[in-house]
Amino acid sequence: MSVELLKVENLEVIYKTTQETVQAVNKISFTLNKGETLGLVGETGAGKTTTALAIMQLLPKTGKILAGSITFDGRNLLELSDEEMRLRIRGEKIAMIFQDPMTALNPVMTVGEQIAEAIRYHSENIKEDEIQKRVDEVLEMVGIQASRKYEYPHQFSGGMKQRVVIAIALSCEPDLLIADEPTTALDVTIQAQVLAMMGELRDRLGTAMVMITHDLGVVAQICDKVAVMYAGELIEKGTLEDIYVSKDHHPYTDGLFGALPNLVKGTDRLAPIVGLMPDPSKLPVGCNFQDRCPHCMDICKAKKPEVYMNRTHMIECYLFSNNESWRRDHGKQN
Amino acid sequence: MKTFLFGKKPTADELIEVESQGLSRSKEIWMRLMRDKSSMISLGVIVILVLVAIFANLLINKSLVTEQNVAERIQGPSAKHWFGTDLYGRDIFARVVYGSRISLSIGIFTVIISTTIGGLLGAVAAYYGGVTDSIIMRITDVFLAIPEQLLAMTVVAALGATPLSVIAALSVAVIPNRTRLVRSAVLGIVDSQYVEAARAVGMKSQGIILKEIIPNTLGPIIVVSTQGIASIILTVSSLSYLGVGIQPPTPEWGSIIFEAREFLRIAPYMILLPGLVIVLTALAFNLVGDGLRDALDPRLKD
Amino acid sequence: MGSRIDQDVPILELKHLKKYFRVGKNHNLHAVDDINASIARGTTLGVVGESGCGKTTLGRAILKLIEPTDGQILFEGVDIVPLRQKQMRPIRLSMQIIFQDPYSSLNPRKSVFETIATPLIVNKVFKDKKEMEKRVRSIMDTCGLTRRLENSYPHELDGGRRQRIGVARALVLKPKVIICDEPVSALDVSIQAQILNLLMDLQDEMGLTYIFITHDLSVVKHISHDIMVMYLGKCIEKAPSKEMFINPVHPYTKALLAAIPIPDISSRTTKMEIVRGELTSPIDPEPGCRFAPRCSYFQPSCSGQDMELNEISPNHFVACPVMEKMLPK
Repeated sequence: MSVELLKVENLEVIYKTTQETVQAVNKISFTLNKGETLGLVGETGAGKTTTALAIMQLLPKTGKILAGSITFDGRNLLELSDEEMRLRIRGEKIAMIFQDPMTALNPVMTVGEQIAEAIRYHSENIKEDEIQKRVDEVLEMVGIQASRKYEYPHQFSGGMKQRVVIAIALSCEPDLLIADEPTTALDVTIQAQVLAMMGELRDRLGTAMVMITHDLGVVAQICDKVAVMYAGELIEKGTLEDIYVSKDHHPYTDGLFGALPNLVKGTDRLAPIVGLMPDPSKLPVGCNFQDRCPHCMDICKAKKPEVYMNRTHMIECYLFSNNESWRRDHGKQN
Repeated sequence: MKTFLFGKKPTADELIEVESQGLSRSKEIWMRLMRDKSSMISLGVIVILVLVAIFANLLINKSLVTEQNVAERIQGPSAKHWFGTDLYGRDIFARVVYGSRISLSIGIFTVIISTTIGGLLGAVAAYYGGVTDSIIMRITDVFLAIPEQLLAMTVVAALGATPLSVIAALSVAVIPNRTRLVRSAVLGIVDSQYVEAARAVGMKSQGIILKEIIPNTLGPIIVVSTQGIASIILTVSSLSYLGVGIQPPTPEWGSIIFEAREFLRIAPYMILLPGLVIVLTALAFNLVGDGLRDALDPRLKD
Repeated sequence: MGSRIDQDVPILELKHLKKYFRVGKNHNLHAVDDINASIARGTTLGVVGESGCGKTTLGRAILKLIEPTDGQILFEGVDIVPLRQKQMRPIRLSMQIIFQDPYSSLNPRKSVFETIATPLIVNKVFKDKKEMEKRVRSIMDTCGLTRRLENSYPHELDGGRRQRIGVARALVLKPKVIICDEPVSALDVSIQAQILNLLMDLQDEMGLTYIFITHDLSVVKHISHDIMVMYLGKCIEKAPSKEMFINPVHPYTKALLAAIPIPDISSRTTKMEIVRGELTSPIDPEPGCRFAPRCSYFQPSCSGQDMELNEISPNHFVACPVMEKMLPK
């Protein structure tokens, strides 16, 4: 029985500076059930990190949530005060880990102390020895000897530091873990170790996960469902089968797969996607992908594409308007 | 390409349009500076001051500076004497106007000399590292250990109290500070890949320092220099006030106050009005420095 | 007097190249430890390894941006190691480098044109300014940089364009050899593909020789003719590109390949052949295989004596006697 944990609906986020206003996230919607892992895929500037920060309500001063709702465990997070977010949600129910393990840890505190701090902050009346026990547990869980808790971050390698970061995030057993490119900065063999560990922990603790990455390979290894973002919009969504087995795709997703240097296939030339992601402050009328799309039609330049659904698979592209298996989704206002 | 001098603040659209025309960072920084009202006002004040200093003799008769008129001594501000008269009956306003020449030129020349010498020393120390760095920095440390004013006073005492010796004295006092500053700025750049790239294409060390490194350190240098002018003007004034700077009857702002020191209770205007000029000048330079620092701050960039 | 270029002589040869860094009083960090390679003109040698393997130091050492501690670098048959920096200048016209980080490898105060023109100006290649401008513009064209970007500054451009400027800068002197130091690692996947294609096209058109340094095995497969895998300063396997992927022998190579997440759910394994542990220290390493502490095939004979690279099939070298023995005869 899958219980819905997180529901993001028509979320819109802008960044407003004195010079310009940038639409970073434009009406995205997705759901996540307990224990599920969602892969949020996209390249630089697609809006993935902004989405994550919006869920955590950690947007910088220039960021504003313009519209939409973020429902977590039945409550709309956007209605909570900052204090309630801080005390009840962040760290305790939703934890987030970032890309760069080097700067995520306080260099002047021991690793054990940093984990203990997280635990102490979210538990009332917990005794010191119980905290230490939990610290040991959590370190063992991420594959670090408990005796290392007296060491400082600089004494750990990159992969180990990221494990510590994960340990801190999981120390309060949150229901949801948001991981923003957690292994991008790591060597590939270490990445394999850390991903395997994250998968095991996820299974053991039943934590739901949003895995933000640009790497379609990582998504295939660890996620249950996928959402592809482009220029602030969710242009394709579906289960793993929908994305990796089905032949129907948004042209951008096709392009992403084609641009990957493939170990299995032996192609001579890679098939890059021509051009660049549009400037978020100067988005075109119609489909954001029009300048780079090999299938661009006139209607694509005139009006934003409709959303089409095929059971669990969603694609925002006019190419599927005449396809029988696909029906138009009226849920999304364009 | 449109040039913006004084005039209306560039709108966001204009900024973006100009940016896509291959706007160098200097022009972009200038445009950002223009949005800061206090900097622009201060810049205006400084320009006026400099013009006044240069064209002082066209504005006010030079003889007024030294002309003594015992009958009119120690008179408060009036239509005839805007700042009043001093104990010799000299027009204080005239003396302040001519004094600006000395104060401003000492300030500007000291900054130029100390920044150039200190900057080169710092750049060389940071670029070559090793023994060169150690020698330069240890000597710098020795000088930094001596209080600025004490050092300046010593040099002035040795060379005599002329404007040139004051410039020399203050430069010596300020150089170590600039050496440190430029050294740390260069250290932040010297490992950059574009410096490595310059080496890879065969550029010689001197070329790398002058063309690749120093232009990228100008930011903090400019900021510190503009604020440095303010502090130097204040230091010159205090040196003159202490009697070891510019000697009377040469009208330097500090020595004007020095001469009036006994009259604080009787005729406060003699100290307050020149003092106000000093403060406003220093403030103007400081505000421009602040504005420049904010304009250069990469965090304000999108 | 020009030197006759013998077509049979490999354009670049590395013989027992070493770079040790002094650490503390008596210790040495073995960054590059006895690397040998022979690179034919117009081909690409891929140098693969993770952080700490020494590949970046190797790239810098070949150009003498870092002075090698020992060994020979034969460029067109001539050893350049004993040359002093001044004598290196004419050689630098023939050997260039593309850097990894498009954000810090360009001088922020120089326009695109100025950056690309600098190598020409510094080396006084053209007497006539117009000729110089022509060359800069033609290189910009080749690299897909439009004319109107000439006066743009790096901070106005995205990573892909900046990296094209890096490529243009490396090309403008019309070198023979280019060291590509992780040139696409900092770029998005779709842009990576653009730059890789560009590099391959240029190699075909201009007969360039590349040393392509990367940690990404999938990238290097497309662009390399031969691949060398490095671990803690040593070369542990070397083979032609196809052979390396079809028949990897060294346990580390296998682990490296296995670790790459494949975008294919049919190969979603429950337990991958994941290498355990962490990199050991490159300071004063003990004689013996450096991968031994992490190797699942470890045997006592693996420590005590440094491993030699043995040819197990034409042009395929491996430094692992244990795996060698396990190969089918």
